Amino acid sequence: MRSKKRSRVWLAALPLYLFTILFVAGPLIYMVVLSFMSKSDSWGIEAVFTLRNYERIGEPVYRECFVQSLKLAFTTTFLTGLIGYPFGYFMAKLSPSKKRLLLLLIMIPFWTSSLIRLYGWMIILQAKGVLYQTIRFLGFEIKPLKLLYSYPAVVVGMVYALLPFMMLAVYSSVDKMDWNLVEAARDLGASAAKAFWTVTFRLTLPGLLSGVILTFVPSMGLFFIADILGGNKIVLVGSLIQDQLTRGADWPFAAALSVVLMTITTLLLILYRRIANTGELEGIV
Amino acid sequence: MKRKSVFPSLFLTLVMIFLYLPIVMVVVYSFHESKYTYGWSGFSLQWYQELFQDEELFESLRNSLAVAGMSCLSAAVIGTLGAFGLSRMKFRGKGAVEYVTTLPIMIPEIILGMVFLSFFSLLNLPQGMVTLVIAHTAFSIPYVFMMVKARLAGMELSLEEAARDLGAGPVRAFFDITLPLIAPAVASGSLLAFAMSFDDVVISIFVTGPKVTTLPIRIYTRIKFGVTPEINALCTLMLLVTVTVLLLSVLIGRIGNRKK
Repeated sequence: MRSKKRSRVWLAALPLYLFTILFVAGPLIYMVVLSFMSKSDSWGIEAVFTLRNYERIGEPVYRECFVQSLKLAFTTTFLTGLIGYPFGYFMAKLSPSKKRLLLLLIMIPFWTSSLIRLYGWMIILQAKGVLYQTIRFLGFEIKPLKLLYSYPAVVVGMVYALLPFMMLAVYSSVDKMDWNLVEAARDLGASAAKAFWTVTFRLTLPGLLSGVILTFVPSMGLFFIADILGGNKIVLVGSLIQDQLTRGADWPFAAALSVVLMTITTLLLILYRRIANTGELEGIV
Repeated sequence: MKRKSVFPSLFLTLVMIFLYLPIVMVVVYSFHESKYTYGWSGFSLQWYQELFQDEELFESLRNSLAVAGMSCLSAAVIGTLGAFGLSRMKFRGKGAVEYVTTLPIMIPEIILGMVFLSFFSLLNLPQGMVTLVIAHTAFSIPYVFMMVKARLAGMELSLEEAARDLGAGPVRAFFDITLPLIAPAVASGSLLAFAMSFDDVVISIFVTGPKVTTLPIRIYTRIKFGVTPEINALCTLMLLVTVTVLLLSVLIGRIGNRKK
């Protein structure tokens, strides 16, 4: 009876297996295969093995693109951490009712269409937009702003879009922390700064790291933020892949770019697992 | 002591203002009588009127609702059953299976978009509704899967076993005992999946064909090529829906908690 019960339970997971193999593993394997194929002279691909696609990534134009994407991702992640860590920390110290309210207030923008929020930034940053009007209102005579379609605008958009992930990740790990440990450190003579550094920071590191992953990984691929707020001036790996798929019609090259991006992502995830000692990302749900 | 407590609340408030500023701007300018989104020359509802006559937008809204609805439903079924099945099994490589299952939300969206586009064209699937639903289902499953898995991990097996000992078949035991217990996780996972699908730009752009346009793609192209104030009105309405759904889910959660 028992063995029979157990033997049939795998049937429940069967749809998941089939779907995952067919539509997750399959496409990803095909991507790797595709990255070693050649582009045919006309539209399409040829099943001829080549390393040319990977060699091309080394060309200055494309290398520059990866460097710029990484730079933007680092800047974004750093700023998100700078704002998100103290936010999560202070939030976890609030009273339970205030915590719940704040959580709800974070969820609203989080659940609002990312395009709506990007559009809001266009309204604020445009030449004679709200920011310009505000500065004028404060009594400063300035020329219309040139902020929209610039690098800083893209950074603002990225930080803005990814901040909630960081806030929630840090919050959930600070909230779980045992404050008695901090008190113990203080009782044993540690200064507030030292207690924070040796106890609080160490214990909440998994949350921070989880936030870093949740910010860094998407920021490599969110090409539409750079597209809308950067106005085609900033070419990221994401925009490059999109370009190769549509206008360039060079799918094998797009696949090679994706494989490299995927490798960077995977390495980061492995690094995270090593440091945080867990596979689950904190605060993701 | 007093000075210490001012800084945190000031910081929290400032960040919240940062989070809400762009949203407030969109709402404010949806009532602007001019088509320009700077300055203020008067109140008007004309963009709402124009919005309701915009067939193109409504068609893409219908497409988005259809895609989100179908993919969320299939993700709910596949994800829930999968998490249930896996939680009752022990085998080597289970971790790897779970890793691959959650992969779609771990890797950059752009890769998923590229991967689906090339794979669908390899399979010769016509780009449109079908490809959209498959792709959206793929990135919706992890949300349901992870939520249900977490819920099952904290649950006791005794009730299910009792039902089985009393003669209920495995299917009956699942529907009568397990499913009601994991229902909140299924609901919140599906809700999250629906929202993600409804909001998706990157993957949809790649997998859709020329005939089917979803709402986010339509909004994206409109704000990219010139400002249309109707979009402000549309965004305000969408915001209203989001807030309502969110408040409802909080209320339902409260009631559910009280029952526990």
